[in-house]
Amino acid sequence: MTPATEGHTLDTESREWLARLRATGSERDQAVAELHALLLRAARFEVRRRAPAADADDLAHQSADDALVAVLAKLDDFRGASRFTTWAYKFALLEAGVRTRRRLWQDRQVSIDSDRWELIADRSAGPGEDAETAELLAALRVAIEEELTPHQREVLVAIALNDVPIDVLAERLDSTRGAVYKTLHDARQKLRRRLAAEGHTP
Amino acid sequence: MSDRDRISRILGPAGPELTCDECFAELDRYVEAELAGEDADATVPGMRPHLQGCPACGEDHESLLALVSGERKNS
Repeated sequence: MTPATEGHTLDTESREWLARLRATGSERDQAVAELHALLLRAARFEVRRRAPAADADDLAHQSADDALVAVLAKLDDFRGASRFTTWAYKFALLEAGVRTRRRLWQDRQVSIDSDRWELIADRSAGPGEDAETAELLAALRVAIEEELTPHQREVLVAIALNDVPIDVLAERLDSTRGAVYKTLHDARQKLRRRLAAEGHTP
Repeated sequence: MSDRDRISRILGPAGPELTCDECFAELDRYVEAELAGEDADATVPGMRPHLQGCPACGEDHESLLALVSGERKNS
């Protein structure tokens, strides 16, 4: 083991990966080719888990290509907190996951209206429903209507009720996963505060 | 899905959690800690609630854990 940064240590294999990727000429070319093969393996793993589509291998190749660019650009960010291969894999899995979710939804309409929420809220009033759950749903319905901005309501309904993947919603809204999730998180916090103020304990 | 599950999905996890960017930055360290049998939630506080609240990051975590653990079992 060799000292690295921020108190982490690098294992031998990770140290060799870094050295070869920072080399020049044929040594680096060979390392980049091996890294691409590694990222392609991870991308195929992810695509096959999520979507056995006809163009699955194309999706995997595109994901591996983009992940390779990202890994090489962020090489200096690798802190040795994990093995290099584990660190690199996450870039391929992210790319492949995003592409696969978008591929699965490319012909589907993303519903961001509140109809689904109204349905669920109404159903809670039905016979046999647990009284506490029904009361909580009723309070949630009011809180969603009164506490959230229209954008927060759209994001909440799309993700939490209509099962729209965040990456798909982000693409349709010309946004990012992080920004969309922050909107969802802020909405959830508002709802929790309102329910707590009313004495509800979800 | 029951109404209770729906409520959980709407409200998400209680308590502080990482952002998506922080989650991605720490995901490899978290998975390594899990595979080493360490207390991953103490290693990366706020990760578990984020993985429960964010379906996309949750899937990324599942995949990285499955990929790396599968490789190590076969090596």
